[in-house]
Amino acid sequence: MSGDSVIEAKNLTKTYGQAVAVDHISFSVGRGEIFGLLGPNGAGKTTTILMLLGLTDISGGEVSVLGFNPAREPLSVKRRVGYLPDTVGFYDQLTAADNLRYTARLIGFRFNEREKRIAEALERVGLADSANHHVGTYSRGMRQRLGLAEILMKGAQIAILDEPTSGLDPHATSELLGVIRRFKAEGVSVLLSSHLLERVQSVCDRVALFSAGRIALMGTVPELGREVLGAGYVVDIEAEGAGLAERLTLIPGVSGVEQTGIGKLRLHADRDVRPEAAAEVVAMHGRLKYLGVEEPSLEAIYNHYFDSKPDEARKEGALHAA
Amino acid sequence: MRREGSAFNGLGVVMLKELADHLTSIRFIILELIVMLIAVGTVYVATQQIKDTVAEDPFLFLKFFTTSREPLPSFIFWLSLLVPVMAIGLTFDSVNGEHNRRTLSRILSQPIYRDALLFGKFLGALITLAIALVVLWLLVIGLGLLIIGIPPGGEEIARAFVFLLVTIVYAGVWLSLALLFSIMFRSAATAALATLGLWLFFYVIWPVLASELATIIVPPDPRYAALGLQTPGTVVLEQILSRLSPSTLFGEIVVAILDPTTRALGPIYLSQLQGAVLGAPLPLAASVLIAWPQIVGLVATTIILFVIGYVIFQRQEVRA
Repeated sequence: MSGDSVIEAKNLTKTYGQAVAVDHISFSVGRGEIFGLLGPNGAGKTTTILMLLGLTDISGGEVSVLGFNPAREPLSVKRRVGYLPDTVGFYDQLTAADNLRYTARLIGFRFNEREKRIAEALERVGLADSANHHVGTYSRGMRQRLGLAEILMKGAQIAILDEPTSGLDPHATSELLGVIRRFKAEGVSVLLSSHLLERVQSVCDRVALFSAGRIALMGTVPELGREVLGAGYVVDIEAEGAGLAERLTLIPGVSGVEQTGIGKLRLHADRDVRPEAAAEVVAMHGRLKYLGVEEPSLEAIYNHYFDSKPDEARKEGALHAA
Repeated sequence: MRREGSAFNGLGVVMLKELADHLTSIRFIILELIVMLIAVGTVYVATQQIKDTVAEDPFLFLKFFTTSREPLPSFIFWLSLLVPVMAIGLTFDSVNGEHNRRTLSRILSQPIYRDALLFGKFLGALITLAIALVVLWLLVIGLGLLIIGIPPGGEEIARAFVFLLVTIVYAGVWLSLALLFSIMFRSAATAALATLGLWLFFYVIWPVLASELATIIVPPDPRYAALGLQTPGTVVLEQILSRLSPSTLFGEIVVAILDPTTRALGPIYLSQLQGAVLGAPLPLAASVLIAWPQIVGLVATTIILFVIGYVIFQRQEVRA
């Protein structure tokens, strides 16, 4: 990222006695970027987030959030950063609006601004109708959205979301991801952690794969795909035409063509070669029936990476046991 | 390393929220109802007793608090019993409750320090109890006025007021103890049991234990026993030990404040009584002076317990 980064971590470390929870990690998050911290439970994602917020001591390394040091200037950081904890809780006996009012008072908003911001935030996450219901009656998805409403109300420049989609049904998940995408559209940077790789892949600009307190891999999903899986893209074609397979092999970037059925071909490529493939079929007057691309999946990358690094996997297992 | 900003940022907000939560909670209403019922009962019985016996007492009004008639103990007995229960009932789940509801990390990610949260919780509960005790106090005085029909004198009101303040301080001790345990134990039930256990220990077992320990450490001198007297060393040690309990301290203060004829708390040597007019009431300032070490002891205990809790809370991990 350029000099426009909002979070900058260098050799960030957290130890509990002998145990190392976060081991010299370095990363940066750019303005308006959605950055994913991915990895199994206990890999150090939540600890990293708490260090960014100044909610736990930093054992070593440097971190700067919007130019502030969370250890020395926690109030400046917390005023500008919104945090949605893993399985967020609210005061069940209060209404959604009252819960937000309490937070707004803690932030220090005056009455008029407070009411305006709360109404807007609840409207935007689709909770305006149940604003005056007790949170005790809320479903899990509604609570998560209320948590996002709190971040919206705060007017945060960075939203830090810890496992925002865990335990949600598919509908609630896609609603939540919609709100997260809107954060990005408004120039809010998002740092989210998750162990659900598939879901996160669809929203993240860049990801960092955590393993045993270290960042094992970092980059965009296609980048990681190339790095770990080699040729990352799989393009499926269903078309008729003699000698099509030979012609497709000549497209730059294609590393292999295999026959998967009658008139069905599968191309392995290091980029999306659909336009070229379509052009080839049309050029030889073939009949194109189907053309689809399978992007490298984060899950495949993840599994492939850790299968080829048994050392890492063993260390991780030890940490889980501990 | 200096922190930016004030540690009291958001203190008022937390305090008001706690106050509102307590005052509207069913738990508080139940506790308050129990105490009210007991107050009305004991004061009514006390007035009946006063009507029957003590006709000419310059401090008639203070007798509402201290007079008892079998089988019902006096108002101050009930108060010293129930104030800890109310205090524990209000705060045993204040910090671990936030943990268990998973609201703690969300609240602490707002621009406030942990100091504000903890201190706000303490003050919110203390003000709640203070409101309850003031109401109770007014109720007792009003009831007394209605039944007896004699207005209290200025000194009596002053003594009753000091008694009210001391009761609030006593509540503070148990509040900070319950708050400490709510920080130490993640389970609210464990915290409640631990606090109630300690309260029972100090209230019921410690007085007996203190006397036993004193006899073991300083065995009674047979020469004193032959005269039918207690050994001074044993008595002094017993008193020192029993004063480790906040209940004992509160009891001693109440005696000194509500009974103006109290000249000393603990054993008196004959030489100290030379020139004293026995049975003559002391001025309020002198009574307060007698109980001053005990009052300071209660305040200090509150502060020490709160500080221990504060230190633990600052070092605690917020993640669930």
